[in-house]
Amino acid sequence: MTVQLAVFIVLFAVVAVMGFVAARWRRPASMEHLDEWGLGGRNFGGWVTWFLIGGDLYTAYTFVAVPALMFAAGAAGFFAMPYTVLTYPLVFIPLIRLWSVSHKHGFVTPADFVRARFGSPMLALLVAITGIVATMPYIALQLVGIEAVLKAMGVTGDAPLIIAFAILAAYTYQSGLRAPALIAFVKDALIYIVIIAAIVVIPSELGGWHGIFDAASGKLGPKFLLAPKSQLQYITLAFGSGLALFLYPHTQTGVLASKNRDVIKRNMAALPAYSLVLGLIALLGYMAIAAGIKPDHGDLSTVVPLLFDKMFPPWFAGVAFAAIGIGALVPAAIMSIAAANLLTRNVYVEFVRPDASPAQQARVSKAASLFVKLGALLCVLAIDPQFSIDLQLIGGVIILQTLPSVGLGLFTRWPHRTGLVAGWFAGMAAGIWMLYTVPNPATHHAHFGGSAFNLSHLGGPDITIYVGFVAVTVNLIVTAAGTAIARAAGWHDGVDATAGADYHVDR
Amino acid sequence: MAGRRRNLTAISPVARQHVVTAGHYYDAAVRWYWLLLVPIVLPLVTVVYNRVEPRLFGFPLFYWLQLAYVFLGCGVCFIVYRKTRGR
Repeated sequence: MTVQLAVFIVLFAVVAVMGFVAARWRRPASMEHLDEWGLGGRNFGGWVTWFLIGGDLYTAYTFVAVPALMFAAGAAGFFAMPYTVLTYPLVFIPLIRLWSVSHKHGFVTPADFVRARFGSPMLALLVAITGIVATMPYIALQLVGIEAVLKAMGVTGDAPLIIAFAILAAYTYQSGLRAPALIAFVKDALIYIVIIAAIVVIPSELGGWHGIFDAASGKLGPKFLLAPKSQLQYITLAFGSGLALFLYPHTQTGVLASKNRDVIKRNMAALPAYSLVLGLIALLGYMAIAAGIKPDHGDLSTVVPLLFDKMFPPWFAGVAFAAIGIGALVPAAIMSIAAANLLTRNVYVEFVRPDASPAQQARVSKAASLFVKLGALLCVLAIDPQFSIDLQLIGGVIILQTLPSVGLGLFTRWPHRTGLVAGWFAGMAAGIWMLYTVPNPATHHAHFGGSAFNLSHLGGPDITIYVGFVAVTVNLIVTAAGTAIARAAGWHDGVDATAGADYHVDR
Repeated sequence: MAGRRRNLTAISPVARQHVVTAGHYYDAAVRWYWLLLVPIVLPLVTVVYNRVEPRLFGFPLFYWLQLAYVFLGCGVCFIVYRKTRGR
């Protein structure tokens, strides 16, 4: 066994033990409640929340995919920077309002909120399904991240991946949200160590930052900066992704698990520390260019692991690989918990057992988390991983379609539930049609090849724009029109179970 | 101002909600929220940074300025947090 693999396995084992022990951490009287299993007791302070949400947002896939994108596409891949800078000020106010109203009414999922706000189980179901469908491929992609580092260590076959995921499933089942919250400390510490080492060691071996950027500029040519026709895409992709990020159920799970409003506000100021790290990670793609890395069998996700393999001593490369591998476990756990909560609260309790006790809900959710993870595993093993990547791309577009009900719903009760449902369908249809028109020249796929929609399809100029941005605009217009029609026709609207003051409650 | 804030956080959450929804005190803090627009809009203005020169420590402008915006975002969120604490 190589040194790399030994280090990787040891760190992985430490984390697995922590995952099981987490059930005793901040131990509740009983785990048999969704507030405990699914939200860690709704009592996390500033530090735990910072590690938890940071570990949740910046996933293994991010660490592998963003530099890979820089490696291949250049400046366009740097959209992750404006995106993760603007998202925190953007969601600052909505998130504290969401926290307050959820605290007051005991909401666990975004669909719970929509249910109460618009008095519509149907709309809540749409929001729940959107969340589950958007989250599943995201979990699958975490596996792609683990696979990439296993490949770089020369480990092949499906067995290691299945074992890693089975361990993850077992401790998530037992400890709930406490497991990823505790593991996130290790994950983030490793990531910070690796990235600091990378930006200190690697540039000095590649002729400094000047040399790295010159090498990238030489290989990428005009792609080293944004082309005039792709600037609108860059802007709308950054803005749309910023809007979408906190609409994902798993990010809201992290937010609702915090103790009070100030914890969230402090974190909006502290979480960008991860954005800085992400920016430096993105530049690993340029370091790989300067180091002359050739992707394994053309698989771009191997670029970063191969760079670590080449530039670091074996034991430290093992640490770096473990950082990526563990980086996959934290978000995968939180995502499966969030999806399980949606299934429980907005499908099971709503339509199957309205009188389910908190203990029953917790049990259903635990079982559902296993089911969700199994689905993700099958996505990767049975279907082409490229399918997950395409689906994840679609995921960002479709989760944006919950913006009018979840996002705007936090500020205004003006939209009529009929208008919101109509807007959801219109935005969804528009988004999927636009994604269908985008080819992927790299994989020779004619459809679903990216999220840059060419306006010439609509008779416009030859410039590209982010599909999700256009789709959510369509959604908002239809929602407004539908609301006006429904109001004019005097259709019955749902009852709002929340009051204005609920959005300011604190603890 | 500071004295009033302490006073307000000392009363029960229910009473505080009442003060909050009642108006004028809350409005003064709300103005700070407008500051959040700065780090939302600036990173989207590509014409500012879509060039190589001036470089900083070897980083072209496109790369270093967008990294620097992280500090802007941090700073603004921190100021708004301090000014709206406990509300």
